[in-house]
Amino acid sequence: MTSGTLLYQITDYANRADPYPLYAELRRTPVARQDDGVYAVSTYWEISSLLHDPRLSSDARNRVPLADGSLPPDPEEDSTLPPSFLRLDPPEHDRMRRLATRPFGPPNCPRRIHDMYGELTRMVSGLIDGLDGREQADIVDDFAYPFPVMVICNLLGVPHQDEARFHGWADAIVSGLDPNPAEGPAERQRVAQQARTELGGYLAGLIEEHRRAPGHDMLSALATEAGPDGRMSQLELITTAVLLLIAGHETTVNLITNGTLTLLRHPEILDRLRADPGLAVPLVEELLRYEPPVQLLPQRTALADIDVAGTLIPKGSPVWLMLASGNRDPRRFADADRFDPGRRDNQHLGFGSGIHYCFGAPLARLEAQIALTELARRLVNPSLVADPPPYRQNPVLRGPRHLPVAFDGLATRF
Amino acid sequence: MSVDGPAATFRRRGRIVVVGASLAGLRAAETLREEGFTGTLTMVGDEPREPYDRPPLSKQVLLGKTPADGTALPRRRAIDAEWRLGVAATGLDLTEKRVRLADGQEVAFDRLLIATGTRARPWPRDAEADLDGVFVLRTSDDAARLDRRLAAGPRRVLVIGAGFTGSEVASACRERGLEVTVAERGPAPLVGALGGVIGAVAAELQREHGVDLRCCITVTALEGDPAGRLRRAHLSDGTALDVDVAVIALGAMRNTEWLAGSGLGAGPRGVACDAGCRAFDVHGIVTDDIFVAGDVARSPHPLFGYQFLSLEHWGNAVAQAEVAAHNMISAGPDRRPHLWVPAFWSAQFGVNIKSVGVPPMGEEIAVTQGSLAGRRFAAAYGFQGRVIAAVTFDHARWIDFYRERIEAAAPFPPDFTGVDRPPEGIRPVSADFPDPALPTHGPTVTLSGYSPSDRRLTFTPARA
Ligand SMILES: Cc1cc2nc3c(=O)[nH]c(=O)nc-3n(C[C@H](O)[C@H](O)[C@H](O)COP(=O)(O)OP(=O)(O)OC[C@H]3O[C@@H](n4cnc5c(N)ncnc54)[C@H](O)[C@@H]3O)c2cc1C
Repeated sequence: MTSGTLLYQITDYANRADPYPLYAELRRTPVARQDDGVYAVSTYWEISSLLHDPRLSSDARNRVPLADGSLPPDPEEDSTLPPSFLRLDPPEHDRMRRLATRPFGPPNCPRRIHDMYGELTRMVSGLIDGLDGREQADIVDDFAYPFPVMVICNLLGVPHQDEARFHGWADAIVSGLDPNPAEGPAERQRVAQQARTELGGYLAGLIEEHRRAPGHDMLSALATEAGPDGRMSQLELITTAVLLLIAGHETTVNLITNGTLTLLRHPEILDRLRADPGLAVPLVEELLRYEPPVQLLPQRTALADIDVAGTLIPKGSPVWLMLASGNRDPRRFADADRFDPGRRDNQHLGFGSGIHYCFGAPLARLEAQIALTELARRLVNPSLVADPPPYRQNPVLRGPRHLPVAFDGLATRF
Repeated sequence: MSVDGPAATFRRRGRIVVVGASLAGLRAAETLREEGFTGTLTMVGDEPREPYDRPPLSKQVLLGKTPADGTALPRRRAIDAEWRLGVAATGLDLTEKRVRLADGQEVAFDRLLIATGTRARPWPRDAEADLDGVFVLRTSDDAARLDRRLAAGPRRVLVIGAGFTGSEVASACRERGLEVTVAERGPAPLVGALGGVIGAVAAELQREHGVDLRCCITVTALEGDPAGRLRRAHLSDGTALDVDVAVIALGAMRNTEWLAGSGLGAGPRGVACDAGCRAFDVHGIVTDDIFVAGDVARSPHPLFGYQFLSLEHWGNAVAQAEVAAHNMISAGPDRRPHLWVPAFWSAQFGVNIKSVGVPPMGEEIAVTQGSLAGRRFAAAYGFQGRVIAAVTFDHARWIDFYRERIEAAAPFPPDFTGVDRPPEGIRPVSADFPDPALPTHGPTVTLSGYSPSDRRLTFTPARA
């Protein structure tokens, strides 16, 4: 088997539940050229160095046609909205990200996430209380999805009642990010762009309301407060809002669900977490290494010929950075396939690295720490109903679609 | 190596003394235990406090955000050591292998680690230095005193010296709303560390933040009132300045006096050692049992023409301590070189500054990303056609890329096409260091491998 087909085996839904043996094979060729000209980079040091390499662009406008003459699909293209900062290079990227950071984190709002601790704990307790009297729950639908949605809605200032409306759009946008969908890529792209435009329209309305009557949420701040960089334009604000709303929950669902699954597969660690909530911090880090919610970054482009580990990636080539594979690279992590929350020196690629390092990382960490600790503490004798559980289609934002868990009841709330 | 070789025996039962209980000393001790040293470990430190971190002293502490006694270094693990804190080492007997202490006691060792770091260079005239209101900044006590005085709201602070520490102090004063004058002998702040091109940016930054910056000037005298309080400073341009606080930021001096007469190659420029952190004696012969790490060490670096570098960098202290500790308990062939690429950071006037490599070796500089005018940029330094260093202002996330360029001896001027490339292209200009003590030849060397145990050198002989 050539590595050229390996990448597509990884994105094949049949291998969704356990892509790790395929990653191991892929790592035998750290930089593997695919038949269509895509370069897949699968080893830790090579990925990490490319994430800091200014010769690699995130801006789709730098792509050149593939071997077959077509451009790789891009769900953000042709939308009526400009690209989000995730898809921009500096200096535009830096400006937009700085503007987005102002109401979110340091230096301007250093304690914003920290101060959400109580609110997050209440939400988690409330959701778990809702499982009272049941013997089985779907961790995704009953817990891991509603929780981050509530969080991001509150943070952004999006009415939670509208969840049903933007859920559909979010689904369509996320499936548009699927680099190798089983059927009809063009159709998916079209639907994704349509959804992005509609979600943008919905958020534009909200932003107008916040501008008139600002609250303490991020959209209000972005719409009304100016810093040294000024303010975002209306269109920039809408794209940023789309990005934050979607990235703000689609990935955290997977982090919490993968976490629950991993804990149930390692009951001794679940017991340790129950006894010592302090374990949550290193445990979530190890989770981000072991089962990262974003498995790969399929959207970089080489701006120049780049020599990586002896392979020349020619200028203009699309580059896929296989984060989940780098996280299991035995040259970087001892016993890389072992889930070990006691691991030191755990500089994983779960949140990426470099200038696009996950914007929401502090929030995602806190959400996962609280969610997993409370689940561990309150579910009595939890066990998996299906292993492996059914997975979502998407190989990029990989995680179970459902996670049925049986339990004997709930421990009391503190 | 046989399991019962001398190295293994030493690991089990040896006696190690570490002199200097700060960053390098602590990290070395932790590494010794981590790597299985079970013998006796003595930590000698002249400061009474347990090891603490210094970088926050000129940043968070001076801003009143962290108390001066709140920067204890996090412990990586228990080290099970005998602590001799608050007592200085005063001498070393190489033959008897003993360290003499200020309290008259002696401690015997099989192997010694010297990690005594540096201290602030004091104001040269004692009477003036003793005035109430004259400060240096090196220890947590220094920081506590200065912080108290700044909190009391002095009318004007004079910072003497615009290196990193002086600039950070000035930045903290401005953030606290205090009037501050910076007097610098060179043509710009940071010029010794980063050269005149970057110095000019730093100067603008200071002035924009309301610093009264005076370059190419020296302070000729500090004058006190009859009660011994600082009230005025005299400058070399003939002017005088009413000030009630002066911070002396004239750099550091290496704590090597206690080694005088010991026979070690120790002096004002530090303790010379080989790439494996073993100290040299005065004859240039490497010792077997004396190791050095941190600010006090001077060691040759193959990437920089085998120059003996003394680095006052936090990261270097950690990396060198780890290598020294490893080598102290390893047999010859298992020892590792300290091949750390110099790197440091600073935070001042809201800007995050990072540098890698050895900028003062650079002859030329070229902005490779962003722009000097925007104060957000990455710039590379060139030496004999290769990249020798780089600096970033608010562009830190690219720094690893430049470190890799330096390690690979990549060509200068850099010719890459990348994101955020200056619109006018990459144009090298003179880096403009005031006193270029540049070596004129050097082998070309590249580093490869990623972890300390995996580091390799590729030696490329000079072209004929
Ligand atoms: C204010 C300030 C800000 C800084 N900011 C930065 C920064 O932003 N970035 C950066 O990279 N670096 C920074 N540094 C430098 C960094 O702190 C040093 O590189 C680091 O502390 C070096 O560690 P060390 O253990 O080698 O030496 P030191 O920390 O100097 O420790 C040496 C210890 O040995 C003790 N000692 C000395 N002589 C004797 C003796 N005879 N007997 C017993 N004990 C003795 C000293 O009292 C001291 O405790 C800063 C330093 C200061 C002072």
